[in-house]
Amino acid sequence: MGHTIKVTVNGVTHEATVEPRMLLVQFLREVLMLTGTHIGCDTSQCGACTVLVDGVATKSCTMFAVQADGREITTIEGLAANGDLHPLQKAFWEEHGLQCGFCTPGVIISSYDFLKRNPNPTEEEIRHALEGNYCRCTGYQNIVKAVKKAAQSM
Amino acid sequence: MANYIGSSLKRKEDRRFITGKGTYTDDIVLPNMTYAYIVRSPHAHARIKAIHADKALAHPGVVAVFTGKDLQDDGVNPLPTGWQITDSMIEPPHPVVAVDRVRYVGNPVAVVIANSRAAAKDAAELVEVDYEILPAVVDATRAIEKGAPTVHDEAPDNISFTWELGDKAATDDALSKAAHITRLEIVNQRLIPNAMEPRSAIGDYHPARDELTLYTSSQNPHLIRLLMCAFVLGIPEHKVRVVSPDVGGGFGSKIFHYPEEVIVSWASRKLGRPVKWTAERSESFLTDAHGRDHYTVAEMGIDKDGTILALRVNTIANLGAYLSTFAGGIPTWLYGTLLAGQYKYPHIYVQTKGVFTHTTPVDAYRGAGRPEATFVVERLMDTAARELGMDPAELRRKNFIPADAFPYETPVVLTYDSGNYEASLEKAMQIIDYQKWRDEQAKARNQGRLIGIGLSCYIEACGIAPSKVAGAIGVRAGLYEGASIRVHPTGQVTVYTGSHSHGQGHETTFAQIVADGLGVSPENVEVVHGDTAQIPFGMGTYGSRSLAVGGSAIWRAVEKIREKAKKIAAHKLEASEDDIVFEDGKWVVKGTDRALTLGEIALTAYVPHDYPEGLEPGLEENSFYDPANFTFPFGTHIAVVEIDPDTGKVQILRYVAVDDVGNVINPMIVDGQVHGGLAQGIGQALWEGAVYDENGQLLTGSMMDYAIPKADDLPHFEVDRTVTPCPHNPLGVKGAGETGTIASTVCIVNAVVDAVSHLGIKDIPMPLTPERVWRAIHGK
Repeated sequence: MGHTIKVTVNGVTHEATVEPRMLLVQFLREVLMLTGTHIGCDTSQCGACTVLVDGVATKSCTMFAVQADGREITTIEGLAANGDLHPLQKAFWEEHGLQCGFCTPGVIISSYDFLKRNPNPTEEEIRHALEGNYCRCTGYQNIVKAVKKAAQSM
Repeated sequence: MANYIGSSLKRKEDRRFITGKGTYTDDIVLPNMTYAYIVRSPHAHARIKAIHADKALAHPGVVAVFTGKDLQDDGVNPLPTGWQITDSMIEPPHPVVAVDRVRYVGNPVAVVIANSRAAAKDAAELVEVDYEILPAVVDATRAIEKGAPTVHDEAPDNISFTWELGDKAATDDALSKAAHITRLEIVNQRLIPNAMEPRSAIGDYHPARDELTLYTSSQNPHLIRLLMCAFVLGIPEHKVRVVSPDVGGGFGSKIFHYPEEVIVSWASRKLGRPVKWTAERSESFLTDAHGRDHYTVAEMGIDKDGTILALRVNTIANLGAYLSTFAGGIPTWLYGTLLAGQYKYPHIYVQTKGVFTHTTPVDAYRGAGRPEATFVVERLMDTAARELGMDPAELRRKNFIPADAFPYETPVVLTYDSGNYEASLEKAMQIIDYQKWRDEQAKARNQGRLIGIGLSCYIEACGIAPSKVAGAIGVRAGLYEGASIRVHPTGQVTVYTGSHSHGQGHETTFAQIVADGLGVSPENVEVVHGDTAQIPFGMGTYGSRSLAVGGSAIWRAVEKIREKAKKIAAHKLEASEDDIVFEDGKWVVKGTDRALTLGEIALTAYVPHDYPEGLEPGLEENSFYDPANFTFPFGTHIAVVEIDPDTGKVQILRYVAVDDVGNVINPMIVDGQVHGGLAQGIGQALWEGAVYDENGQLLTGSMMDYAIPKADDLPHFEVDRTVTPCPHNPLGVKGAGETGTIASTVCIVNAVVDAVSHLGIKDIPMPLTPERVWRAIHGK
């Protein structure tokens, strides 16, 4: 009852046979061992599992692996190019935009998509854009600062 | 030499988190691993008549199904509680997996273990449990009424303990003579912690070596090892290693020894294969220990001139179905002792009843007792000021413990180490421009707008200590901390700490301390934590204790390294030991330019060809630090809110936090801790709250139903500090992890009530959702 899928993740194409009920996030974590994408809630609220699907921020717990067939996925592991941190990663580091780090990959990926759509956002727009990503540690203040800083350097 | 202490060094741990290379427990995959899924009770109270596991066992991929009886027959003991509140406290057994009765929705009933997560979950649905449903009670005030359903036969009236503190007669007397009494009835609602990483545990038993490794998302791996080995499984501690790798937030909920840690450990020993369990979020809601849940009646007696005479508090604390690890201590010793707040009123009496109900166990959640105490004191202060026609800042100022009165002994057994309450109040009022907002409020009222200003002057007690006192108040553990420092031959340093970081940034803060202490760069200091095979016996991280207790232990080890280094330097530099001083990161012959660095001394210590007579080679030291006292951070927070009269929605216009946490090692990290604490405290004030129906079903059982603050719910916080060092620990530090939560809940409630007080509203119960505020305004 497996389906064979071909998915490009962080520039590498993988072929795998998966159960139809396997979620994209499970495929990333358990088949490809890309454990930077986290599962925080099972109900699509928390955003810890956010990845880019064909460039669009998507909660990978809301999508089946078979739906990713033929598509391009970018996870947090694929954001740094040739070992150079992406400006968002740098800004989160510099502005103390993370504490426990669990929500961080999802927040960074959501911000990546957001800044593409809105390269020069206000604080209010950043806060609104991050509604789908919960963070229980930072109170969001330094996340907002980090996104603003990244916007300036991108 | 750079001064790293006091600088906002970027965090050393961040690279792995921002690149997706952290290692949380669920990220770990071991060869031949199995997966556990736990069958949980759907009923709050029921008798288990029978469990049929045949169909589940026959399901493809299933390795085993275990019930509570299997564990019991194999000698697995109930989970212990770690805090005895009174001699007569009733401690009913807390089976790891229920045997004959279930007492809350989520109570483990059976365990299915399979070769994949999916198979385990599928098979769990095939386990048939026959229940005889029994009546349940969820509200603690109801549970102590005559005729309420009984949770445990051992406690027929559902009361585990009745605890009191303070002089009742003197307090009653002072209240009877007071010119004015301010009285409040307070519901401090139940909260669900919701650390972003769901709990996870892996048991990994190696039969040939008879060794067990438990990976668990815990705040204190040694405590888990001790409780599990000594009390539950009865296996030797030296054959058990507990690893808490990267942990995705805790806020108290990952302190406790949970059933699942025992289940995966025991099952791995049975099966000879690794067993992993990871909570789904709905399991987190049902089984992570909840927080708060107090019903309180508080009365404050005040003289005509605003001098507070006495405080009397009666609290009913909901403990849930079983006594979790530190359950009893939270609504008693960590609560009643804080009821003096920042004030010098001479008489306090508090009584707390700890009550069982058919709900998830309740234990420490960020602040743990101290937010509840601060809520009582600071709600009373604002209410009293209004009733007396005084400005709330003025009433507080009048009753502050003066700055020259420290150390100050309160009527509820604590001795505050240091403080300057007036200074933090002044600073906060200045930053927010208090008088301007009072004027603004008056103007707004004339226009029908609702603006409110709330104050909160709080006290916190961090790092319960010393161990002697912990013992005297019933804690079944010492509360010191261990550290060891290993200087390598080439001068790099590894620090092993008993504290545990799950977001607090210890790998950076502790490295800064050691860098300054030994004259090395923080890049050359590695901090190891969370692995009982590596670190000295440690008590872990909770109650804002890591820096004050764990950091002090590290500093003591630094001092021991310095002492030995001095002997080596004296020998090498051909000087008297008395003439060697540690200056600018080097060991220097006083008044000369002759000096040695740590690297040079370390090399000598490990290649001791030319070495002091009788001195041991090597450069490695241990320390266990047992503090002389708690530390007492304090501060003032002020919030300005505006309420939309048409919708009841509260908007926070300004939030100013002035905290005093003693000396600060890394200001960036401390600010971050305050921000996060504020978010959780404001969350309680405005949105969060666990709701059960009368049958004990948790209605707020997912992130769709339980409102965790989001980025656009919260304002930009204005954070500042005063610095009053702690006089009794070597770093002069106090603790910063909980101040935000302790201060902010009541600050916001005070602001909201202040905004509507002219409408005759004295109080609104939390959370102050738009509906509740709207109903209060419109009297509906």
